[in-house]
Amino acid sequence: MSDVSRATFRSPLQESLAVRWLLILVAVAFLALVVLLPLAAVFSEALRKGPEAALAAFDDEATWSAVTLTLTVAAITVPANLVFGVAAAWAIAKFEFPGKSLLITLIDLPFSVSPVVSGLVFVLVFGSHGLLGPLLSAWNIKIIFALPGIVLATTFVTLPFIARELIPLMQEQGTAEEEAALTLGASGLKAFLTVTLPNIRWALLYGVLLCNARAMGEFGAVAVVSGHIRGLTNTMPLHVEILYNEYNFVGAFAVAALLALLALVTLGAKSLLEWRYGDALAGKSRH
Amino acid sequence: MTRHVPALSRRALLAYGAGAAGTAALIGASRPVRAQAPVTLVNVSYDPTRELYRFLNEAFAKHWREKSGQQVTIRTSHGGSGRQARSVIDGLEADVVTLALGGDIDAIVENGGKIAANWQSRLPNNSSPYTSTIVLLVRKGNPKQIRDWADLAKPGISVITPNPKTSGGARWNYLAAWAYELARTNGDAAKAKAFVEAIYRNVPVLDTGARGSTTTFVQRNLGDVLIAWENEAYLSVQEFGADKFDIITPSLSILAEPPVTVVDQVVDKRGTRAVAQAYLEFLYTPEAQKIIAKNFYRPFKPEAADPADIARFPQLKLVTIDQQFGGWAKAHKDHFADGASFDQIYRPGAATR
Repeated sequence: MSDVSRATFRSPLQESLAVRWLLILVAVAFLALVVLLPLAAVFSEALRKGPEAALAAFDDEATWSAVTLTLTVAAITVPANLVFGVAAAWAIAKFEFPGKSLLITLIDLPFSVSPVVSGLVFVLVFGSHGLLGPLLSAWNIKIIFALPGIVLATTFVTLPFIARELIPLMQEQGTAEEEAALTLGASGLKAFLTVTLPNIRWALLYGVLLCNARAMGEFGAVAVVSGHIRGLTNTMPLHVEILYNEYNFVGAFAVAALLALLALVTLGAKSLLEWRYGDALAGKSRH
Repeated sequence: MTRHVPALSRRALLAYGAGAAGTAALIGASRPVRAQAPVTLVNVSYDPTRELYRFLNEAFAKHWREKSGQQVTIRTSHGGSGRQARSVIDGLEADVVTLALGGDIDAIVENGGKIAANWQSRLPNNSSPYTSTIVLLVRKGNPKQIRDWADLAKPGISVITPNPKTSGGARWNYLAAWAYELARTNGDAAKAKAFVEAIYRNVPVLDTGARGSTTTFVQRNLGDVLIAWENEAYLSVQEFGADKFDIITPSLSILAEPPVTVVDQVVDKRGTRAVAQAYLEFLYTPEAQKIIAKNFYRPFKPEAADPADIARFPQLKLVTIDQQFGGWAKAHKDHFADGASFDQIYRPGAATR
């Protein structure tokens, strides 16, 4: 009797085996279809005519110029957003000041605005007929259709990543530890460096990785401010489009594969850290 | 005060070579011989000329090195002609523009005056080193039996063409269809408008540039017919094989004159006028005319080209923008300005109804 009742009774929290398998299957199939398949397609298209044909895409000065530009943009954008993100999160989480909710809304703005609009905003400000255009051309300063414009547009689009990662964590942590440090005689800077920073380091790293991935991959906003000059103002995503439009499909997919690899390296670094410091991360990150 | 002069000229030289590799510019700056400093030109062009200018740039770099001893690198940017003009207006530093139609260069003249108003008379043949026309590209064997413009207006035909607001080729396409119906109805503008409206009712998607539309048709396999530049149609057949597409030459089309000019404000600022001017004049030389014909554009001087290349171009009746539409300024106002004929006939998504 007890065997029978055990077989038919199950915890209300436990789904039947069939439902569980179905859910797992749906999740895996969805991931395979939406993430794995396209990724695999990029690599298989790149290698369709053999590795030599794929490598030939890199025997082109314009391709290397695009790679260099993309890395340069990321190298400027990520530190800029790192400083801003930490400062903004610090201010928002630890202090009360008027206009705080406005600041939070502003930080979220790039998430809610279409990247194309983000790019156009810079054209309207820095273009020849923009607000600052006449001034800039009088001083012979180039912003849009040059590196500064591409950096600005990318920084705008990736601005929320680090701040958004830090704010909930820092709010959760409260100000008790910093207050203790201050009462013990630490300076504000010392409290920040020895108490706050160690507490947020994993979330910070997450934010940096996400910011970097997006900075290298941004298309829409950069397309508007780049001018698409091959060998001068083309980033990797734009170069992929150009090669594709020139019927150089192997080349386009080879550059896309390199871009995907750069993203995979970023993700790999993230996974490695998770695996290595899983316990430390578990309590402190939301991902 | 005199000490400022060398410093200034050095800075000017640095700016002059700024587009070239940094080290090369530095070497150039420290040398007194200005002509030896490598120079970079930016050519902002329209969408389908990617292959053409790759060959032309190579040839010109060689020509210029032999002639002046200077190394020149030409960077190109390609996109819908209207959008490219917009970028130049907004500050894209193009030494030369090589666009799909005069109207787009006029727009640069009118919005900020970066180009002198008399630009079109500065080079031969209205500043067009080559001409082209608009043809129809269909799938192999022509399954929908498309023979002429009239077939595009029939229900059930899916037509691919770019957006006339951003693409120069699209404007030639639009006007070619319009001219065909005008000729058929002895100049009945209302009938021409209804005819073009019927064609655009068959258009499922408007890309921003001619090359975008070509990839939509040949790569994404959308549509029964592509309204295309003649050069673009031939290039598709060459790239993807004659077993995939047929080119249909309509009974009447338009003489497309894609013009070129230096951007005065930019070349004067960068000190590149001489080489930019030489670059454009080079396009009229027999060597360049030959390259132009090889890439399926109709050269200004056909006698300079390979006769076999010239033989590929079919004879057809061509109307001109000046005769039929009163020039680009009027054509733009009548058809492509805000609220003009295109805005009146085109509603997005109409083809899906």
